[in-house]
Amino acid sequence: MSTPMVNAEAVHKRFGRNEVLKGITLQVAPGEVMCLLGPSGSGKSTFLRCINHLEKINAGRLSVDGELVGYRQVGDKLHELRESEIARKRAEIGMVFQHFNLFPHMTALDNVTCAPVRVKRAAREHARASARDLLDRVGLADKLDAYPAQLSGGQQQRVAIARALAMEPKLMLFDEPTSALDPELVGEVLAVMQQLARDGMTMVVVTHEMGFAREVADTVVFMDGGVVVEAGPPAEVLGAPRHERTRAFLSKVL
Amino acid sequence: MSSAEEVTGAAGRPDEIRAVPLRRPGRWIAAAIVLLVAASLIRSAVENKRFEWGVVGEYLFDHRVLAGLGVTIELTVIAMVVGVVLGVILAVMRLSPNPLLSRASWLYIFFFRGTPVLVQLLFWFYISALYPKIDLGVPFGPAFVHANANTLITAFRAAVLGLGLNEGAYMAEIVRAGIISVDEGQNDAALSLGMTRVQMLRLIVLPQAMRVIIPPTGNETISMLKTTSLASVITVTELLYAAQLIYANNLKEIPLLIAVSVWYLACTSVLYVGQYYLERHYGRGASRELSPAAFARWRGMLLRSERHEGAL
Repeated sequence: MSTPMVNAEAVHKRFGRNEVLKGITLQVAPGEVMCLLGPSGSGKSTFLRCINHLEKINAGRLSVDGELVGYRQVGDKLHELRESEIARKRAEIGMVFQHFNLFPHMTALDNVTCAPVRVKRAAREHARASARDLLDRVGLADKLDAYPAQLSGGQQQRVAIARALAMEPKLMLFDEPTSALDPELVGEVLAVMQQLARDGMTMVVVTHEMGFAREVADTVVFMDGGVVVEAGPPAEVLGAPRHERTRAFLSKVL
Repeated sequence: MSSAEEVTGAAGRPDEIRAVPLRRPGRWIAAAIVLLVAASLIRSAVENKRFEWGVVGEYLFDHRVLAGLGVTIELTVIAMVVGVVLGVILAVMRLSPNPLLSRASWLYIFFFRGTPVLVQLLFWFYISALYPKIDLGVPFGPAFVHANANTLITAFRAAVLGLGLNEGAYMAEIVRAGIISVDEGQNDAALSLGMTRVQMLRLIVLPQAMRVIIPPTGNETISMLKTTSLASVITVTELLYAAQLIYANNLKEIPLLIAVSVWYLACTSVLYVGQYYLERHYGRGASRELSPAAFARWRGMLLRSERHEGAL
């Protein structure tokens, strides 16, 4: 069996006394699209942020592409990684946020070229050329010089996806990418994500879009109260949930 | 039937409303009082010979006054550069997760904001009484540079130290407010793209913080321009002290102080214009663009003749 892209074993995360993740165990295979569903406060977003070490886990093991997140294991001891090492690993993982978090002082094109030039030390001209390609792929070839404030929410989120893809990540994390969008703009973002899935990108998506989960996901994971309640193919989890909590949740959102 | 036609007018569009304006006698009275006060001030300025406007004009471009103006500008620029650099360092220290750095920054700000800048200036001026010799080198180790405090800390350098170090404390709070104003999501985005904290600060956070930092920094610069006059107390021949040296001889205090005020006003006016353009530059991409209206109107008034020439 090949190395899983994400391997979580009994991941725990506390904020002060509040335990948000109470032992998450799951695997994401390369090329797999996994959707995390669950009520708010169930720990989906926190788990996603743990995957690229924006949050430090308190117990358990979490690795990406076979390497521990944030630590190096020597014998049976964990050593914290240096900041530059953590940054290098984060650069291989793309992340898209609920509120887009585009850099408001840069044009769409600069948003996309910033990290390749500054972090990967790519040649500026090369970075600009591939940024144009990426923005073209997400349907924004005519918005290269627009500032985020001049774009609609859906356009901003598509720029954010292009920005993450510009680093040529091996894994993409989506944190409720359509939750802040007006209903008529959701479709254009989901279409880009669907195309990305078709191209074989490994994706972990926190979402409330049941249609997307059903059509695009290989695996749907239902989380509640910091644990995985059930996981499986969308037809099983969404179509014939085994757990009472899953059924209760689905009856509310469908 | 005719009333409906009257309202609608011929083209079907209602007529412009032409109502009798409301009388506002209060405004007229207030305006009259202001005009009266202004007129009497102008009359006294013209009639009171002791203003000695001729002397003002004579000394406005006196080489000693101009040299003093040069020192004032030099002092303002250097002290502000010291203040801004120090302010950024102190603000980053203050926000550092390292408690020692954060406390040290707090303590610095506590001292320098808590004592009058005039006292600080005098302190630096008399520093040689405290440290007759100044050695630069490894703490508790060998020193590389030895200097006599009296020759190293000239009056001008004492003024730069006093004003700059004091300004650093104020700038630190301004920069800190700017950094805090930037949305946390920007940090997440920058870090998730693989930036280090230093890159995040330099490329993402500080440029955005500028929008919050620039306006009060402009005020600080204008304030600094005026505060440099305190350096006259420690014998720095800046604008005010240059004038004082002249009127100590010829006893024309008032005309010289007016000449000095004219120069301070001219400099602050230039700074206001500079601040406007800086704010507009750092407002890029903000959803609420700075309206050029207010300033354009001003500029229109000032440059009306120039624009006509341009049109030709």
